[in-house]
Amino acid sequence: MRREVPLAITAIVGFTLIVVYFIPHPPFNHFRNFFEDLFFIVAAFAIWLGCLNLLKVNADRFYFKRKGWPFAIVVWFGFFLMVIVGFWDGRGFMNPGTTFYYLYDILYYPLNATMFSILAFFVASASYRAFRARNKEATMLLVAAMVVMLGRVPFGYYLSSWLPEGWRLGNITDWVMDFPQTAGQRAIMIGIALGIVSSSLRVLLGLERTFASGE
Amino acid sequence: MRKITISLLTIFLLTLFVNISFSQEEPLPPSEVKASDTPNDNGHSITVTWKLSPDDGAGKKNVVAYEILRSDNPEGEFEIRGVAPAGESRFDDKGAKEKTDKNYLPGHKNFYYKVRAKADKTFAESEVSNPAFAYGQWYHTGKTTVLIGVILFSAFALYFINLARKGKKLFVRPLAGIEAVDEAIGRATEMGKPILYIIGLGSADMIATIASFTILSRVAKKTAEYQTPILIPCYDSVVMAVAQETVRAAYLEAGRPDSYKEENIFFVTSMQFAYVAGVNGIMLRERPATNFYLGKFYAESLILAETGSVAGSIQISGTDEIAQIPFFIAATDYTLIGEELYAASAYLGKEPVLLGTLKAQDWGKALVIISLILGALAASFNFQFFLNLFRVQL
Repeated sequence: MRREVPLAITAIVGFTLIVVYFIPHPPFNHFRNFFEDLFFIVAAFAIWLGCLNLLKVNADRFYFKRKGWPFAIVVWFGFFLMVIVGFWDGRGFMNPGTTFYYLYDILYYPLNATMFSILAFFVASASYRAFRARNKEATMLLVAAMVVMLGRVPFGYYLSSWLPEGWRLGNITDWVMDFPQTAGQRAIMIGIALGIVSSSLRVLLGLERTFASGE
Repeated sequence: MRKITISLLTIFLLTLFVNISFSQEEPLPPSEVKASDTPNDNGHSITVTWKLSPDDGAGKKNVVAYEILRSDNPEGEFEIRGVAPAGESRFDDKGAKEKTDKNYLPGHKNFYYKVRAKADKTFAESEVSNPAFAYGQWYHTGKTTVLIGVILFSAFALYFINLARKGKKLFVRPLAGIEAVDEAIGRATEMGKPILYIIGLGSADMIATIASFTILSRVAKKTAEYQTPILIPCYDSVVMAVAQETVRAAYLEAGRPDSYKEENIFFVTSMQFAYVAGVNGIMLRERPATNFYLGKFYAESLILAETGSVAGSIQISGTDEIAQIPFFIAATDYTLIGEELYAASAYLGKEPVLLGTLKAQDWGKALVIISLILGALAASFNFQFFLNLFRVQL
């Protein structure tokens, strides 16, 4: 019963939403919003679950002095600092000028930007590994990448400006991006679309049921 | 000479006057105003069409826009419902479906329309249109192509599932990423280190996340058998709850419910880069032997995969986010590209029924390829009828 009920709900809601897609007439057109609202209500309750889990895991880490336990103090401190400041500011605590907003602005944003900026260095290190000419395919990738990189910068323009129009690095870059790259991407997209339909069908027919805690 | 100057000045002023009076002259009104229900909608919209004013783009060329007016009485007062630019001959009068909304447009009630051709300061109104009322449709004709596609694909899937149930052997090409799962778990067991499984940033309703749960179930079953710890830091609390249940069920099935540790599947945060910082910290502290990145990933994909590479872990990734696939290919050892992520669950299970849906997918792809070739030919020879068969109206 514990397994059958979620599967039945999934099948009913899933097939209803497929039917709703083809019927614009009321009341069918309201169903989608109705189910979305239900999802958001469940998700709102789950946020509490997440917060409690976060606090419990970090309390355990601190109590049992597990690896990295000092970070647990930082998590608890940060969590309660923001909660207390949020309540202190009252309604509209996220508006500019509030203490909550100030803390968010001076702490979270710079930290967020710092993490994001690391990406630039990781792109360089990943490219270094990916663009090594180990075999024929990797060499082709290397050559294409070099052409596209040079074609995107002024240096590439100066390097190939003596060539006739249509054969310059910028033109070759545009060709690579517009044809082989777009064709490859679309092939993957079509595969993904069919994969989504296939997976959805497996879920709706109850063939795939791990999400309902059982195989 | 003076006479000539005065005459020229007079002609110039007259020309100017004529021009000014010309631009202030009323344009000719639009004609043949027709109102009808907007097709394929929920019954709260009326479409108005008209024949352009002869002064729109021709004649006096002074029409700048059209105002569309509506009334429930042909003799009554008309209110402006919207404006269409010059050259446009259609307007959808979309109303709200809620009765409390000021813009509410009731269904099954007659309305009359007039279209006003506007010049700079003047305008000319058309005749009143025929009465029209809005009503909802029971079938969206613009989505027929999608319906045919769904029916065809479902028929393929059911046919192959049935074939598989009858015992027919279905060949599925091997996926390197999936073949490596057992090896990766074995490596973690030998090294005595944990496995890190990242479900991504998707919510529980995303199909990539659901596919990831299915793979997680198989991976967790193996880790339960090998007694290898599995760590699952979560970005979404609903995903965390489902992941806990999935792993619990897998441990139960493997006959090791006592080894299940709920604290290993935990919520980190719902902030993208804060989550990345948390997971990177875990990677560098715990040094997991194997990292799985399966699900929905965005800009954090490369930061996670590169940190995992620095930590010396074997990495298996898979996502349906096209922009992130190259990053995973560059930074991880095995990558499930796009649809392979969905196929992985069926492949890992080796259940004939699930493999049947993969076969249906292949046939779907064959149909798409045939359509693409025919479509390219039809577009090249301007065979519009064939192209219109594939047009979808949303």
